Amino acid sequence: MHALDIKLLRDFKRLWVQAVAIAMVLACGVAILLTSVGMYNALSETRTAYYERNRFADIFAQAKRAPLSLLAEISRIDGVMSVEARITGAATLDIPGRTRTAVGRILSYPEDSDPLLNLPFLVKGRFPNPISTKEIVVNEPFAIANGFKLGDSFSANLRGQKRSLTIVGTALSPEFVYTIGPGALMPDNESFGIIWMPERAAAAAFDMTGAFNDVAIAVASGMTTAPVIDALDTLLEPFGGLGAYDRTAQQSDAFLDAELKQLKGMAAILPPIFFLISGFLVSMVMSRIITLERSEIGLLKAIGYSDIEICLHYLMLAALIAVVGVGVGWVAGTVLAQSLAGQYARFFDFPFLIFRVSYWVYAAAGLAALLTTSLGATQAALKAARLAPAIAMQPPAPPRFKRSFIDDALARMRLSQSTVMILRSLLRWPLRSFLTSLGLALAVASVVSSTFINDALTEIIDMAFYQTNRQDAMLLFTDDLPEAVLEDVRHLPGVLQAESQQFHAAILHNGHLTKRVAVESRRPGNDLSRVLDADGKPLDVPANGVVLSKRLATQLDLRPGEKVDIEFLTGRRETFSVTVTALVEQHFGLGAYMNLENLNALFRQAPRVSTVNITLDTDQSDALHVAVKNTPHIAGIIEMNENRRSFEHTIEENIVVMNTIYIVVAMLITIGVTYNAARIQLSERARELASLRILGFGRGEVSYILVGEMMLIALVAQPFGWLIGAGIAQLMTSAFTSDLYAIPLVLKPATFAFASLVVLGAAFASVMIVRRRLDRLDLVSVMKTRE
Amino acid sequence: MAEVVFKTKGVTKVYKTGEVEVYALGGVDLELFKGELTVLLGPSGSGKSTLLNILGGLDHATDGQVWFGNTELTDMSDRDLTKYRRDHVGFVFQFYNLVASLTARENVQLVTDVSPDPMPAEEALTLVGLGKRMDHFPSEMSGGEQQRVAIARAIAKRPQILLCDEPTGALDSTTGVQVLEVLRDINERFGTTTVVITHNAEIQRMAHRVIFFQDGKISETRVNKTRIAPSEIVW
Repeated sequence: MHALDIKLLRDFKRLWVQAVAIAMVLACGVAILLTSVGMYNALSETRTAYYERNRFADIFAQAKRAPLSLLAEISRIDGVMSVEARITGAATLDIPGRTRTAVGRILSYPEDSDPLLNLPFLVKGRFPNPISTKEIVVNEPFAIANGFKLGDSFSANLRGQKRSLTIVGTALSPEFVYTIGPGALMPDNESFGIIWMPERAAAAAFDMTGAFNDVAIAVASGMTTAPVIDALDTLLEPFGGLGAYDRTAQQSDAFLDAELKQLKGMAAILPPIFFLISGFLVSMVMSRIITLERSEIGLLKAIGYSDIEICLHYLMLAALIAVVGVGVGWVAGTVLAQSLAGQYARFFDFPFLIFRVSYWVYAAAGLAALLTTSLGATQAALKAARLAPAIAMQPPAPPRFKRSFIDDALARMRLSQSTVMILRSLLRWPLRSFLTSLGLALAVASVVSSTFINDALTEIIDMAFYQTNRQDAMLLFTDDLPEAVLEDVRHLPGVLQAESQQFHAAILHNGHLTKRVAVESRRPGNDLSRVLDADGKPLDVPANGVVLSKRLATQLDLRPGEKVDIEFLTGRRETFSVTVTALVEQHFGLGAYMNLENLNALFRQAPRVSTVNITLDTDQSDALHVAVKNTPHIAGIIEMNENRRSFEHTIEENIVVMNTIYIVVAMLITIGVTYNAARIQLSERARELASLRILGFGRGEVSYILVGEMMLIALVAQPFGWLIGAGIAQLMTSAFTSDLYAIPLVLKPATFAFASLVVLGAAFASVMIVRRRLDRLDLVSVMKTRE
Repeated sequence: MAEVVFKTKGVTKVYKTGEVEVYALGGVDLELFKGELTVLLGPSGSGKSTLLNILGGLDHATDGQVWFGNTELTDMSDRDLTKYRRDHVGFVFQFYNLVASLTARENVQLVTDVSPDPMPAEEALTLVGLGKRMDHFPSEMSGGEQQRVAIARAIAKRPQILLCDEPTGALDSTTGVQVLEVLRDINERFGTTTVVITHNAEIQRMAHRVIFFQDGKISETRVNKTRIAPSEIVW
């Protein structure tokens, strides 16, 4: 081994704590890059493969009842490659040993062949016998959650007919990668299941012989979906078509898309920040090393080493740091990716998950890390290479300080000399002070931008479950029923209060802007499900008006007082021009609200309801479930407490994981920045601090200069960190906002305080570790050597 | 008989580097008197700086005893040594050791801020002839000026002892003489016991007493009957 290489390794050994502190920050960047890009690829590759193998459709549409003969016409639409029609319906399920009602979504399974589209992936057992009226296949997660084995039976209420169904197989489907039951906010596999039933049995149950109410289409490759959707809507209109939509509005795919978007955002925003910080740290440490090794560099040159050899020598030191960072990042990234894959396996029902992270992602992350550290070291290494040997062997000139107006200000403040030393040093190297402060500000921002979610979710839960939806449960009907049904509901066991609510699929038009939503209508003064204005006061929708959620209004470019055309996809499929009377803030979905009486008047019919909101005497909850399972027309019951609990439970787990990761990351950044900055301070100041000790300053007084300067930088960083954190939080709320949900920007003082506490605590601990070196300072030798 | 400021008895100092033991001081007995200007002479490694550091409370003796007046320094704790330095000792080093980010005045204030009975920083700087350059930073001063700031800093606390390790080692003859004049002036004006280490044998002629070191021991002590002024010193 060459002597220069030995020097390299020894230097690295000597600097190992500093090197590791930088390497850890670098490792964060590598790990996050690996995880986000790796998981993005894994998830999108898995999705593509699954969709392709199981022929996931491009366009979906529901209708009331369309004749099978229409299929030929649909196939003739330009661009249509294949068409699959089927019968779907809802059923309440009575599962043995379970008091609560479960809800099933019934899908017909074709008689003579496999489905052309949305082919279920059989996990266990077999598909049902086409002529059987009992045999079914259920989705695997539902079977697992309820502990079903092949051959198990449960009864279902199919439009008033009780029927016993026997499970002969379990399956997964590309349509239900992410499965949410009606009215639920999170997947709950125990109470919502997908049921594949032989076509003949489904047709009989839902009165659909010779007809269908659900159609899926695959378009030829290279074709756009919009013209096909238009043509399909025209064909289905006479048969109660509810408006066709493509994958972007398909619930499961939309959730997958939202997840992919998040991963992409994570890959784009976070790793560059980490790489930047480590580049800065490397540059800071390297220029210090080169200042300290000035005479050695001169000596090396005098011996005959070339500029390039010296430049490379110092670049190699940076590369060694990168190697450690990349190594740790690879390991951490692999572990993180696997745990994320585990999360995906829980949320997304794939028959397989390609969660290998490709080698090129490892290579790219490593290369990016190596590049940024080398860039960080370049300036210092070049400076070393450019030093003329004769000059290099002389000591450097003392740092220049000049009087400025700031000094007069300092003088007027009558500060102690130690404080003046701190302030002058900060002002003497403003860029370095700024970058150090920026590094710490980013650490603060990291905590702020992850922990604000806690408060945001508290607000979401408060809004969704305590302010707007105050009912204990929702009863869903298979079809809209006359409002008189409220009286029947009030007679169900345990029901204390019952209020009506109606949903209509509709397309809102404002010029060229359109949006498919569910228009919700209710009676004024309803107390259980409410719409709230900006002040949190209940808002009654005036007759002849519509209230929109702000996000919907933004998408349609509508303001209060303007008219919106509402094309109802139900009933007579009429279009009405309605005035937007108010906008409301909402976190879930894109709400549009009308007055129940007024809406039914527009439809020229007596008021009808699709849902009844109820409050319950909880003691009689079991009796209610028994009654619900035996009542025709009830498609399901949603218990809001259950809903809330499952939402809180799922979210909480995720939040704890995420917060922990970001807090650890913030601490690593803080330690990396503070420890290195303090070490450099100490090495630059060793002589001065030793002089002070000789002059009679105590350890505490001397430490004050070191600790004070670092903590002052850390303190200055706080407000910037809050600002950057608030900015990132703002970006995140808009990046994560989709038609499905919106995260409100809730920033409380406690969030900022917590972030500052974490970062200041970590900074103080790091600088105190360096402070211990002050105690070991050899006063005599420091004074004897000339720097 | 003049008052004894320092007294050492059998002071030894052994440095251990790995397996090797180096005797820096091998049993030094010495008395230094109030108001005396003593020069320590001797080749490199003869133990003079080690003795100075022990007297100044920067280092502990391996064996033997050291008294400052009636106070024994030998087993003092680190905290007590810090207080001792703060209250009684002024140091001047070869390489000035000024704080680069503080002006001349502020460098002196470092000391006056923490001493029980200091003179104003301005007075100390005027004493060393720098009354007009008080607001200059070290980088704006010559070596001689920087060393005079260091002396001003050392004397501003009105120390009983002034310990100078090669104070002119980094200076040319003109500025060196200026520095020596300041040292003699302080010694005479305040009666500060002054110990100067030097390689320059000529400097001994300005001292009251000269102590020669050889191999960690005092080889000879000589009292100057006649002293010369610094300006007469041939460099």
